[in-house]
Amino acid sequence: MLAQVVFYVFAAVLLMSAGMVISVRNPVHAVLFLILAFFNASGLFLIAGAEFLAMLLVIVYVGAVAVLFLFVVMMLDVDFTQLREGLQRNAPIGACVGAILFAELVMAVSNWTMAPASAGVSVQAVPGLTNTAALGTLIYTHYVLLFQACGLVLLVAMIGAIVLTLRQTGSGRRQNIEKQHARTREETLELVQLPLGENVLEQGGFLRPRTSYYEIAAPGSYGSAEQRKEAEKEETGA
Amino acid sequence: MTPAIAPIGLGPYLVVSAALLVLGVLGIFLNRKNIIIILMSMELILLAANLNFVAFSSVHGDLSGQVMVLFVLTIAAAEAAIGLAIVTVYFRNRGSIQVEDVTMMKG
Repeated sequence: MLAQVVFYVFAAVLLMSAGMVISVRNPVHAVLFLILAFFNASGLFLIAGAEFLAMLLVIVYVGAVAVLFLFVVMMLDVDFTQLREGLQRNAPIGACVGAILFAELVMAVSNWTMAPASAGVSVQAVPGLTNTAALGTLIYTHYVLLFQACGLVLLVAMIGAIVLTLRQTGSGRRQNIEKQHARTREETLELVQLPLGENVLEQGGFLRPRTSYYEIAAPGSYGSAEQRKEAEKEETGA
Repeated sequence: MTPAIAPIGLGPYLVVSAALLVLGVLGIFLNRKNIIIILMSMELILLAANLNFVAFSSVHGDLSGQVMVLFVLTIAAAEAAIGLAIVTVYFRNRGSIQVEDVTMMKG
């Protein structure tokens, strides 16, 4: 009895928040309703006995995907009132298609039987294991190739997202690999003759030769005082 | 061993999932211009599929359904990441994310 009450509460809130996702004007509110929908769906998963998936739904969807949506919605400075204009025009067609689809689904749901041959292929859970342990044993034995393929999909998605959104701005210091490989000792190290009792700090500290700095370093920010003066002279002279 | 879903039964789960799927499709129809809402509607449709998988898995005591949900979640997360990356790049290049403006490849 309690399970039924909880189920109907979760289902009602899930459907209401799903309705709000597609009908509210402000997309930030839509994302927040999406989060509510996912929470309630995870409640339904819990009632059905899929604890691991329920927690996964909360962590992956609420923790990652919904926050990603929220981030993008807030980052893009879009005039969303303009985007809502077509709402009234498309509503009748959408309602028609939705009603037909729902009627068909209800007809399908009320008239189906299990194929008798399917009983032989079912993978029964090992009794005594928790849901998480049972899923783990199944994933790493029966479905290990699919599991690896999933990892590959995620890798491709990650690389794709980085490639799509990475912008070479030009500013910022990055490595110049050819130059670093081709450098010689003379470009890297400068030996200074110090008089007795003198500190290397008075000569400008430990220094790298000025030629070893690449064009990305700001002029005047490196080298000894004399070298800076020299560079300044070069600049004004040129 | 009686399944955890026994007090509710399969029917209500299937109806809820069907309604969720219809809401997702309706969302795509209603928000033809806003690609972000369309992506969210696709998440709703995938959630409906997941709900079906979990309900059938629970009724039959067959864990394969829950493994499939795991894979669907993976694909959905990858799809959301790529979709939002494309939206971001498109907005950066064109300053708009109206679906109707995406006609550069039209002959």
